[in-house]
Amino acid sequence: MSTLAVHDHHGVEHHDQDHGHHHKESFISKYVFSMDHKMIAKQFLITGIIMAVIAMLLSILFRIQLAYPDKAFPFLETILGRFAPGGRLDPNFYLSLVTIHGTIMVFFVLTAGLSGTFSNLLIPFQIGARDMASPFMNMVSYWMFFTASVIMLASFFVQKGPAGGGWTIYPPLSALPKAMPGSAEGMTLWLISMVLFVASQLMGGINYVSTVLNMRTKGMDLWKMPLTIWAFFLTAILGILAFPVLVAGVVLLVFDRSFGTSFYLSEIVVQGQVMNFEGGSPILFQHLFWFLGHPEVYIVIMPAMGISSEIMSVNSRKPIFGYHAMVYSLIGITVLSFIVWGHHMFVTGMNPFLGGVFMITTLIIAVPSAVKTFNWLATLWRGNIRFTPAMLFAIGLVSFFISGGITGIFLGNAALDINLHDTYFVVAHFHLVMGSAAICGMLAGVYHWFPKMFGRMMDEKLGYLHFWLTFIGAYLVFFPMHFMGLDGVPRRYYAFTEIESLKQWLSVNTFITWAAIMSALAQVAFLFNFFYSIFFGKKATQNPWNSTTLEWTTPVERIHGNWPGEIPTVYRWPYDYSKPGAEEDFILQTTPYSQTMTSNLPHDFEDNPIGLGQYNDWLKTQPVKEEVK
Amino acid sequence: MMAQIQQDREQLNLEPKKFNMWIFLFTSFMFFMALTSGFIVYSGGKGHGLDFNLPGVFMYSTGTILLSSITMLLASNAAKRLQIQKQRLFLWATIALGILFFVLQVYAWGLLIKMGVYFSNPNASQTFVYVFTGMHLIHIFAGLLLLINTLVKTYRNTPQVINLYSMSMSSIFWHFIDIIWIYLYVFLLLNQR
Repeated sequence: MSTLAVHDHHGVEHHDQDHGHHHKESFISKYVFSMDHKMIAKQFLITGIIMAVIAMLLSILFRIQLAYPDKAFPFLETILGRFAPGGRLDPNFYLSLVTIHGTIMVFFVLTAGLSGTFSNLLIPFQIGARDMASPFMNMVSYWMFFTASVIMLASFFVQKGPAGGGWTIYPPLSALPKAMPGSAEGMTLWLISMVLFVASQLMGGINYVSTVLNMRTKGMDLWKMPLTIWAFFLTAILGILAFPVLVAGVVLLVFDRSFGTSFYLSEIVVQGQVMNFEGGSPILFQHLFWFLGHPEVYIVIMPAMGISSEIMSVNSRKPIFGYHAMVYSLIGITVLSFIVWGHHMFVTGMNPFLGGVFMITTLIIAVPSAVKTFNWLATLWRGNIRFTPAMLFAIGLVSFFISGGITGIFLGNAALDINLHDTYFVVAHFHLVMGSAAICGMLAGVYHWFPKMFGRMMDEKLGYLHFWLTFIGAYLVFFPMHFMGLDGVPRRYYAFTEIESLKQWLSVNTFITWAAIMSALAQVAFLFNFFYSIFFGKKATQNPWNSTTLEWTTPVERIHGNWPGEIPTVYRWPYDYSKPGAEEDFILQTTPYSQTMTSNLPHDFEDNPIGLGQYNDWLKTQPVKEEVK
Repeated sequence: MMAQIQQDREQLNLEPKKFNMWIFLFTSFMFFMALTSGFIVYSGGKGHGLDFNLPGVFMYSTGTILLSSITMLLASNAAKRLQIQKQRLFLWATIALGILFFVLQVYAWGLLIKMGVYFSNPNASQTFVYVFTGMHLIHIFAGLLLLINTLVKTYRNTPQVINLYSMSMSSIFWHFIDIIWIYLYVFLLLNQR
């Protein structure tokens, strides 16, 4: 039987890779143009980490400017050249730094780095599939992402510097190449890079949805899928529906930039010259952008939520609290995310009635978000908690999500937003709720599934150091920004020295900068730990966390096709932790109920009358327990 | 033996790939929805309408693409009945009609220019006509490539399973871009002067 199965497995391999025999893979086909979902996941992860480090260094550069606006740092001129004449950042380059920091973090790290890594790694593993629906498309997806990353970074090497209009690239700044240095070639490269990026995400997303719906193993119905898979699945749907709208917006923007159309451009004077545009509507771009832009923040946070749900359940040794409620709240967030985009545009002269509608839909999102938060807390409650680094980061996500989510209620209010719009309050809000929370989810995932990716463990002590410095650092950076925002300090300003009322915030800016430098240094612990453990970490066992899901039934060696023999059948949901009467505190999804008679409960057999009959027969054979009076 | 059967099913499982095509249609659908929504927001906000009547050639191009959907259907039916000659004939017809559609659309652009409706235009509602048709033509081009790929396979020694798979992939896409064109055309007709 087993030889037969192994033989079949090779057959699968041939089919998946349309070009010839793959018993001996070459370096190129194994590490570069790989079509194996595990390798593609690692490629996404490492590219994502490199991009994250670059974007973090950019943020340190502009934090230095904000903390010491009057000081010159000669080393800046050494490393940045013409972008920092005399050791002080060029104001236009400052805007580019902010723009590229935002773009890389939102799109390249938290969208591609997060979904790309964990959807690719976990979808086939956790639903029991040999690979993705189309491994070839998956490979193209990664290489388009890689090309997009290279083009985005290449914009640092063009004459006028990278795009500088903010990551939202509102026209007219982005539509008029002569408007400012950051609107020139850098903006063109930004647009090219993002079109490639969207194409990459769409190919990935199409694969994820198709794989989840078509390639689940026997017994794996939708309600037996781990929450990670639900989250990745719904995230992919969001991406598929939202990203094409961005492409439409960008196509029109390219026509405005280069072909003289007037979609977004109205009467405007640039550098004393009257331009011949008329009739365009810059608000139209905002509508198209935020129709993607708002779902995008859920594309960022939902995979992190799914990862944290899974990790918290495993490490609390308890079933996730309210599994169905968790799924329905994810679905609720998915649906609601498409009807809230107007809350980014309250101050564009929007009809106040329309603003009220968007306010109500926005505030309703608090309901599914609160359901998730309370369910996480209830999962932790009286759990047998193991504080692994992954668990700490998962709890960190909950903390950041609460503190950042609450300020979302303030900002979603159409009246309050008039005061808070474009201040540091907004910066604080989204850096906590989608920046810090999502990166915590991503790091939790890295620590948790590192043994699955590389067959080795990461060092725990360095993990703790990394977590506490990052966690405390992030709060020290972003918490004071709330107060700056309440006082009206606007975002994206180069220096506050010229404005009398804002001068008092300079000391806070200095404090924030040092906190940011501390959190950045903390990442060195992670980087060292990550790369060192790939080669020299402690060897991992097959199921190091005593987890129930399918990926831990695969061999540590990570073979092509994932399972050496037949793909296992699934009999139960993924959260049978600490089930009363069971021999161990976890029961694998592949264990049939017939092998766990002592821990079975009548409701395990809701749609299985034969199983219930057998269970009742077994109960009759058991000695009657003495009643205690 | 059970294992053998299960694995065989895995090997020939082309359904997920076909499913990919269906999901791709959703992305494409959203793209055109975004463009037409953009038109509504723009023309509603600025009071700029199309301000001209669409040239009649669009009627002919609509007829052409409808006809091409019918020939595509006939080609699919022929493929299912293993009538390879007939399948080839109707695929050639579909491709010819597709190219004719392409030519008619470009000809319509020429007519628009003669009418003084330019691409580079202060009234972006009129530019939208070019954007709709242009973006649709990109899809037509992709559809033609798919059709040619399917046609080439009929001249090679291709297993019937692959032939049918290739046929269904290209016909799903071809019918979809047909429907998208009808949507765009009706949308423009409703908005013309």
